Amino acid sequence: MKSCREATRLMSESQERSLNVREQARLRFHLAMCTPCRNFGKQLKILRRISKSYVEGGPEDTKK
Amino acid sequence: MSDHLTPDASPGSSAQASLQNSQFLVDLRQQMLRFARLQLQDAQLSEDAVQEALMGALKNSRSFSGCSALKTWVFAILKNKIADILRQRRRFVDADQLVRKDREAHNHDELFDQSDHWQKSERPKKWVDPESAIYDKHFWRIFEACLSHLPARQAQLFMMREFIELESHEICASAEISVSNLNVTLHRARLRLRECLEDNWFGVEG
Repeated sequence: MKSCREATRLMSESQERSLNVREQARLRFHLAMCTPCRNFGKQLKILRRISKSYVEGGPEDTKK
Repeated sequence: MSDHLTPDASPGSSAQASLQNSQFLVDLRQQMLRFARLQLQDAQLSEDAVQEALMGALKNSRSFSGCSALKTWVFAILKNKIADILRQRRRFVDADQLVRKDREAHNHDELFDQSDHWQKSERPKKWVDPESAIYDKHFWRIFEACLSHLPARQAQLFMMREFIELESHEICASAEISVSNLNVTLHRARLRLRECLEDNWFGVEG
């Protein structure tokens, strides 16, 4: 897979479904060479964690 | 409702104590309303859902270790109510959202160059210490602002997926869209949301 658009699309979809073996292989190949897309992948997981704490009432359980 | 608020309703229960603290209740209600309105886009439905969730909490005699445990629980009830409402509802697309679509597609394209690689200025950077953000109330303000800057449709589907944790097929049924349409919209929402958070929080030098 050559394009970052396609890589981010697959990473986004992997939040809803399991990628097939071929998709996984293409994605892994792209990520091995592309730091921004690796960052994007980590940020998707962070977004999910943030959303979860938001729903659990995050905004008020703050120190500052 | 009022009989559950009398001081001797359940002595020694900290959840009861929290619910008798009127400032806590007012704040909690405000927060729940904001949360419900974001997702339902309907003031009356939101009021009803919040009211029901609060009533459920008042009726239940389970005890909690404090305000924060109670709050988590009340939000869990609210989340279920919103999920029910969303699953039943089948009216989403309106002209306004169709008009927005063109603009969305346009902005989305600006993230990538002609060969579909990241534009240099748009490349995602490493986020430093994301864990500490969730303890910072300024961060939550940014988060809510970024959410509300998403096109309505993107925000709605993102929240159904990430806040209410509906599965793809449930969202597609409720919103009457195809899976591929959902995937495209979630992809765009995530691209935009991460960009907004990086521009306004994670990428800002401390």
